[in-house]
Amino acid sequence: MTVPASTGVPILRLGDVLVTGLLNELDDKTAVAFADELTERISSDGARGVLIDISRLEIIDSYVARMLMELTTMSRLLGARVIVAGMQPPVAITLVELGLQLTGVETALNAEQGLTALGWHRSPQAPEGVLRDAHR
Amino acid sequence: MTPIGELHAAMADLTGDGPEKPEKREKSEAGVTGGREAPSMYPVESEEDLLTVRHAVRAATIRAGFGIVDQTRVVTAASELARNAYIHGGGGTLTIEHPAGPDRTGLRLVVRDKGPGIADLETALTDGYTTGAGLGHGLGGARRLMDEFEVDTTEGRGTTVVATRWASR
Ligand SMILES: Nc1ncnc2c1ncn2[C@@H]1O[C@H](COP(=O)(O)OP(=O)(O)O)[C@@H](O)[C@H]1O
Ligand SMILES: [Mg+2]
Repeated sequence: MTVPASTGVPILRLGDVLVTGLLNELDDKTAVAFADELTERISSDGARGVLIDISRLEIIDSYVARMLMELTTMSRLLGARVIVAGMQPPVAITLVELGLQLTGVETALNAEQGLTALGWHRSPQAPEGVLRDAHR
Repeated sequence: MTPIGELHAAMADLTGDGPEKPEKREKSEAGVTGGREAPSMYPVESEEDLLTVRHAVRAATIRAGFGIVDQTRVVTAASELARNAYIHGGGGTLTIEHPAGPDRTGLRLVVRDKGPGIADLETALTDGYTTGAGLGHGLGGARRLMDEFEVDTTEGRGTTVVATRWASR
């Protein structure tokens, strides 16, 4: 199920939703490669929704902000809805002070809420608290 | 495991740890000895340099005792200014200084390049103004993220930005 992406970030597929994330050490090349790869996957997998978990991202500067906005626009043109989930509060504060609202980018408090918004529901037999356990 | 659990596990494997706790990433040592730290200069000549600069500035904010929000502000401002020196200024340097007054300490970023300079500084500081492909929020945004902000620029000679953030107490 896990397909290792060339950027190192896994892109999981859940029905017609793609789930992926950004790691903290995001350099410019990786950011661009990530956007390209995700756009390819949306098209090849016929994805209708994309969840991007950014809970590990420690800063979003205007370069990454632009990448997220452009990725959102490209995905929408391809017919997929993007939700960016789990932004750290200091990152949100800093973005506002930079004057960047991530216009057009849909957000969610965390990955689970983002997935729910994209119409995916946890199967009833899945035990509670799996999310925490997975953090090791 | 839920898909999100699986994703987080995979991301933890890639970074070799659990969810990031920025404050804990580095143990403060220089900060507690009371000695002033010497300035340190970093080249800004490549995209890798931008990453190195971000690491160095983050570490310095932690040693200076900045809280997580101020850490994030200063690292983000450094990222914007260093990228400007690299993209618009054709490369340059970023120096981290440790200003200290009688009753306060802080962190100062000196970002210098020998590029074309900025012809109209007021306009360049305006949100949304760019001569490149950026969003045009870097310069003005960095000014808002820092307590003090000065730009010294001469057409054809280069640009130096000096930006200071004081540790809140
Ligand atoms: N170090 C620099 N050297 C020359 N020009 C600069 C420099 N920094 C900023 N500028 C000019 O100011 C403009 C605005 O900068 P900024 O707000 O960072 O936006 P962006 O980098 O997205 O264009 C740039 O497009 C550029 O014309
Ligand atoms: Mg800029």
